[in-house]
Amino acid sequence: MIESLYTANDHFSIVPALMLALFGCAILLFDFLIFPDPRQRKWLLIFVVLAEGFTGFGLYRQTGYVLTSGPITGAFGGSVQVDQFSIFFNWLFLIAALIVALVSYRYLENAGEHHGEYYSLILFAQCGMYFLATGADLVTLFVGLELMALSFYVMVGFLRSEKRSNEAALKYLLLGAFSSGFLAYGFSVLYGIAGSTNLKTIVNVIAGKQAWDPVVYLALITTAVGLLFKVAAAPFHMWAPDAYEGAPTTVTAYLSVASKAASFAFLLRLFYGPLAPFAAMRSVWAPILAVIAVVTMTVGNLAAINQSNVKRLLAYSSISHAGYILLGVVAGNETGITGVEVYLMVYTFMNLGAFLVLVALRRQKIIGDEMDDISGLMKRSPGYAVLMLIFLISLAGIPPTAGFLGKYYIFWSLIEAHQYTLAVIATLYAAVAIYYYFRIVKSMFAAEIKEKEPMATSFGMRVALAVSGVMTLVIGVYPEPFLKLAQNSLLR
Amino acid sequence: MDQHLLSIVLLTPLAGLLVLLLLPGNKNLIRIWANLAALAGFAVSLPLVFRFQTGAPGFQFEERADWIPALGAHYHLGIDGISLLLVMLTTAMGVIAMLCSWSAVQDRVREYYAMFLLLQTGMIGVFISLDFFLFYIFWELVLVPMYFIIGVWGGPRKLYAAIKFFLYTLAGSVLMLLGILTLYFQHFQQTGAYSFEIADLMKTSSGMSFGVQEWVFWAFFIGFAIKVPMFPFHTWLPDAHVEAPTAGSVILAAVLLKMGTYGFLRFSLPLLPQASADQKIVQILAILSIIGIIYGALVCLMQKDWKKLVAYSSVSHLGFCTLGIFALNPNGIAGSVIQQVNHGISTGMLFMVIGVIYERRHTREISEYGGLGHVMPKFATIFAIAMLSSAGLPLLNGFVGEFTILQGAFEANRVWAAFAVTGVILGAAYLLWLYQRTILGQVSNGKNLTIPDMNFREVAMFVPLIAWAVWIGVYPKPFFDVLRQPVTEIVERVHPDYFKGSQLQPAIAKLGPKLGTEVAAQAGGPR
Repeated sequence: MIESLYTANDHFSIVPALMLALFGCAILLFDFLIFPDPRQRKWLLIFVVLAEGFTGFGLYRQTGYVLTSGPITGAFGGSVQVDQFSIFFNWLFLIAALIVALVSYRYLENAGEHHGEYYSLILFAQCGMYFLATGADLVTLFVGLELMALSFYVMVGFLRSEKRSNEAALKYLLLGAFSSGFLAYGFSVLYGIAGSTNLKTIVNVIAGKQAWDPVVYLALITTAVGLLFKVAAAPFHMWAPDAYEGAPTTVTAYLSVASKAASFAFLLRLFYGPLAPFAAMRSVWAPILAVIAVVTMTVGNLAAINQSNVKRLLAYSSISHAGYILLGVVAGNETGITGVEVYLMVYTFMNLGAFLVLVALRRQKIIGDEMDDISGLMKRSPGYAVLMLIFLISLAGIPPTAGFLGKYYIFWSLIEAHQYTLAVIATLYAAVAIYYYFRIVKSMFAAEIKEKEPMATSFGMRVALAVSGVMTLVIGVYPEPFLKLAQNSLLR
Repeated sequence: MDQHLLSIVLLTPLAGLLVLLLLPGNKNLIRIWANLAALAGFAVSLPLVFRFQTGAPGFQFEERADWIPALGAHYHLGIDGISLLLVMLTTAMGVIAMLCSWSAVQDRVREYYAMFLLLQTGMIGVFISLDFFLFYIFWELVLVPMYFIIGVWGGPRKLYAAIKFFLYTLAGSVLMLLGILTLYFQHFQQTGAYSFEIADLMKTSSGMSFGVQEWVFWAFFIGFAIKVPMFPFHTWLPDAHVEAPTAGSVILAAVLLKMGTYGFLRFSLPLLPQASADQKIVQILAILSIIGIIYGALVCLMQKDWKKLVAYSSVSHLGFCTLGIFALNPNGIAGSVIQQVNHGISTGMLFMVIGVIYERRHTREISEYGGLGHVMPKFATIFAIAMLSSAGLPLLNGFVGEFTILQGAFEANRVWAAFAVTGVILGAAYLLWLYQRTILGQVSNGKNLTIPDMNFREVAMFVPLIAWAVWIGVYPKPFFDVLRQPVTEIVERVHPDYFKGSQLQPAIAKLGPKLGTEVAAQAGGPR
């Protein structure tokens, strides 16, 4: 009977996560044993690269299997489900984690906080995300979420000598715990309804109930609140600007991209899984979600206009991006869901890229995230300035960059769903966004140099910037394979 | 060769840009290369003129490849008579704009020319795309380099002007995008296939309800009208023009504004014929155009700043162009296209004139000048020609365009023509008065006594434009010939029974004799 507890099928479906966890632990061990000197710690990157290599290989094998034989559903008693949807998101997490790890060593050295456990935390967080995208059981999903969130709480406060970082970590921890509470409550109600934590069972039970059942509503609302906290949608966004600003910039990049993508994967799993019967009642909840999306865009865009801190500006802009992505969920058609995936994919590259430039601005004694620090960048380091321009244009959604396609899909889905008012609001906010993104551009290209300290560049930084820059342009100019990928990765 | 000609025209500036980025830092080397690249851009576009088959229906030099099958977007290029003229205008003005920035730009020379070459590709792309998605990419691609040209190399309030330009036009374009998407979705509902092909979308209008068509029309309208700019969306234009460097103003006036009018001709009218021909909509657009004509001219009379005056004169002249379009008859539309080219030539020259004087005196206050004719005779002559061509003096280009537009407007609605004619009079008034205040009379300001006259390069950049202006003014037949077929096609779309009445080929019969420049010799109806 022993072998039936852990079959090859089980193994196959979690091997990427297993690799991440194992290498994460290995880093913790080796950090003590062979790299006592902080200057050698950058070699820990090798572990990260190996871990991601194995994870990538696992995902590659899973892709091959899923393409020929369909999704793997039975693993661990049905609590894990590997399908194209999960693989798509896991690739995004992998890319984000790898890019962030590549640029971190120089940043942490400059900040004087280069510790080995940082890399383990990156891997642990990614492991949590793996289960958010793959989980088909409330417990798996919840554990995945908490694993991710706990890793992030520590990472946000990683600059322990900086007040801002500590404050950010505490805020994030408190509000994150609060939102997890909501989610746990929602899950317990779902369990109460169905008597099972398995998503499939819950789907069947809820489908048999009357749609206006108040208990189902209670579950929906509490779960939704928890999820909206995680994606930083208004009015549950208060933690985001502070956490983003205070966290080490590398962590901010990771948080804003991977954590957001994971939360949206989670949201899609739930809303197009157990809460799918609500699709029939779109008329009830879609307007509420639409209002939330619009408020999110409003808060993000309007607050971003006046920021003098670039990092905080990007934090608010990432709130407004969450609003756009939510609009894809509001539209709710196939285009909309593809749009969510396309948006998250392009967002990974462009937002990471923009934060990478900020990472390079952190020098030994200079924090480097104020508008003044970036002024005259074109004269100082034209390469960085041009890359930043590409990322900002993409974030603003101007072709021929990748960001345009994300926006394009969202608009398209809204038109298809006949949500014309929402479409007009969303497009006009695109124009507002131009204003604050181009404040950064203006500062880089038109303002005078304020300080001359060279950028904190490194081999990893060059590779990471090249990858994000090239991908932002390539997806923009030749999006076909990427769109196909997203279209094939819909939840079925 | 022919099947890739348009791609070559499109990509030549881009290739020039790539080489430019690799050149060593010598400023003169960069200037020479940029000028050569622009010249090459013009040279490769010349075969379009010679191989263009006048009167052939549909599009020529077509080039088509799948680009994003997932969205139904294609890389589809092609030109008809209207786009031929505008592409030639773009490549020609590209050369001249490069030439006139030789000494004006001293700072960040490489970036400056790089932006211009990128802009050039974007503008050509707009005029040759036959796929709405591709068109939109180029349409937006133009914004970024123009932002930098105004925002980095512009005047004192450059950043304000640049972001204003960007925000206005972007807001318009994203709303237009919604219109495009609506049309795209309508097409999907009718055929079950996604496509951005203009030819496919043309078939969509018949199955669309009028309400949806109207909705899409207004979405397009906002995008195009802001670009033109039509009253009341023109407020970005004076700021952008005043702050932009000379070459930026030249390109902005000569080519960028034409993207809006071209949009009306290529998309609004053929794709949404019922909405475009709707009496209410036509009335509104004609009235806005006429307000633009008269208001623009009146504001010109009040200007103290030389460049702002020319900027507002653009509002007035573009009013003629849109009025011609919404006259919805062959005269109006053909006249409008001719006038678009004319405006490119004359206003381009006027901005270059300002550039020449600004490089010498660093002020654009009209009151600072006076009696320049005594000091700078060559300058005075060239300015006189530019001014008269803009004012619509017979035998120069402006007259042909304005006359044909007024003819079209008269045919559509006599009241429109009556009001629009005042624009011609006011146009002559503000231009002649400007000339009088700056060139004629005695030298009133001592600083003007020592200004050197124009040098060879400066004269050289005006010569081709003057030649072109005289060509259109004296012998416009080739231009009308090229336009006849596409204009007929557009008119047949919006007024299917327009040509039913007369047996002879009506377009040429109406255009030719009245102008006194040609005889309608060819027989046979429009194909």
